[in-house]
Amino acid sequence: MGVMAANVVHRHALPTRLWHWINAVAIVVLIGSGLGISNAHPRLYWGRYGATFDHAWWQLPRFPAWLTIPAGYNLAISRRWHLFFALVLAFGLLAYMIASLLNRHFQRDLRLRRRDLTRAHLAADWRAHLALRFHDPEDPRAYNAFQKISYVLVVFLALPLVILTGLALSPAMAAAWPWLLDLFGGRQSARSLHFLAMIAIAAFTIVHLALVILAGAWNEVRSMLTGRWRVPE
Amino acid sequence: MIARPLLPDRRTLIAGGAGLALAGCDRVIQYPAARDILFKGEDMHRALQRALTDRDALVPEFAPAQMSPIFRTNGTRDPGTPDYAALRAGRFADWRLAVDGLVARPLSLSLADLGRFAQRAQITRHDCVEGWSAIGKWQGPRLGDVLKAAGLRDAARYVVFRCADLYGGAPYYESIDLIDAFHPQTILAWAMNDRFLDVGHGAPCRLRVERHLGYKHAKYLMRITAVPTLAGIGKGRGGYWEDNVDYDWYAGI
Repeated sequence: MGVMAANVVHRHALPTRLWHWINAVAIVVLIGSGLGISNAHPRLYWGRYGATFDHAWWQLPRFPAWLTIPAGYNLAISRRWHLFFALVLAFGLLAYMIASLLNRHFQRDLRLRRRDLTRAHLAADWRAHLALRFHDPEDPRAYNAFQKISYVLVVFLALPLVILTGLALSPAMAAAWPWLLDLFGGRQSARSLHFLAMIAIAAFTIVHLALVILAGAWNEVRSMLTGRWRVPE
Repeated sequence: MIARPLLPDRRTLIAGGAGLALAGCDRVIQYPAARDILFKGEDMHRALQRALTDRDALVPEFAPAQMSPIFRTNGTRDPGTPDYAALRAGRFADWRLAVDGLVARPLSLSLADLGRFAQRAQITRHDCVEGWSAIGKWQGPRLGDVLKAAGLRDAARYVVFRCADLYGGAPYYESIDLIDAFHPQTILAWAMNDRFLDVGHGAPCRLRVERHLGYKHAKYLMRITAVPTLAGIGKGRGGYWEDNVDYDWYAGI
């Protein structure tokens, strides 16, 4: 993982790169098909039950055809896409987590240290972001504090939450793992949390893409394809 | 003529990329091979659930205070056929549930006959494929006891439920395998919320197969048939929705 050319470093290990792209496809398909499923009953409830005559805390909009899979309303086909890629998402994340513990990606790159979270460090990091400097010249391979925080929140919170709340929607899993429903406060609460976790993941994805563009799209994309990343001047 | 740029900028590429990915899915599924892979998701979920969890696990049951104030109806609200109207007019006194197919002793059961089996009452959650849930109380004999009374033969693999209602002109039917047929919470419900089942919810008798989505819970039951295979019944995929709109036969997901 040392310096390869004068200013090119090996940034991302193979398991990270593989999972990144598998996960990217899964996220796009799951959000598109999930919005299609939402159109079947666009109301969110808290608690164990919730149907047409119960109080909905959020009456969702009807998602337009250009955002849903398939483009025309088809609950059965949306579910086919959603449930297939749910397996890709869940087992992909599991494999990535195991690989990243073994190759120490988590321990080395994502572990938040006390100094990352000091007020002064976060303020400096924020100013660096505003100046479009996203890496530390002393240690260019390291993630900055905001990167670490957002990756940790997505990998260890939002993705597990969206997977477990999705699993809680399965009526067979209600019998197999009833604790899952207790954990989320009932099936309709799990469904609401599933939607909120999706919003968090979608928001992360939008900011992530914006920052990739600002940081130099081609260099960043190449580093996630081949691992090679040119340290900016 | 105004020259148009040949290459879109990065932002257009990325925004367009997401749009293309979604549109691409609709193209991909046109290929039968891709569709087959996608539809294998159902089998994978079923195999994983059956392999990794307890096949006899019971769904949670609730207290009366936890029931939905209004349990909405869905699907057929009234079969409306002359035959059904006649049964309804006679308060289902002439209704008989046939139990046939791969059984030693075919049965013809009245509502009173169903009441003579050991009864199971359960307050459970009903989950519609659309996403809503309602909690209600159901009572009736266990399907497993009825199948034992009929003497289910070894060759039977599935149980098919035929209904009095037509959906879009086609007779509604559903099917389950023997794991679900003999599950202790799988009952032939003739009562709901301590009253006789009403027409909107499937009078005089409906299936409750609690680990599945709502469309498996066949209403207006007329005939229960034990079969070795689902081939040759309807379009062969095990149910009205499975045949006609690609719903999963395994609706535990």
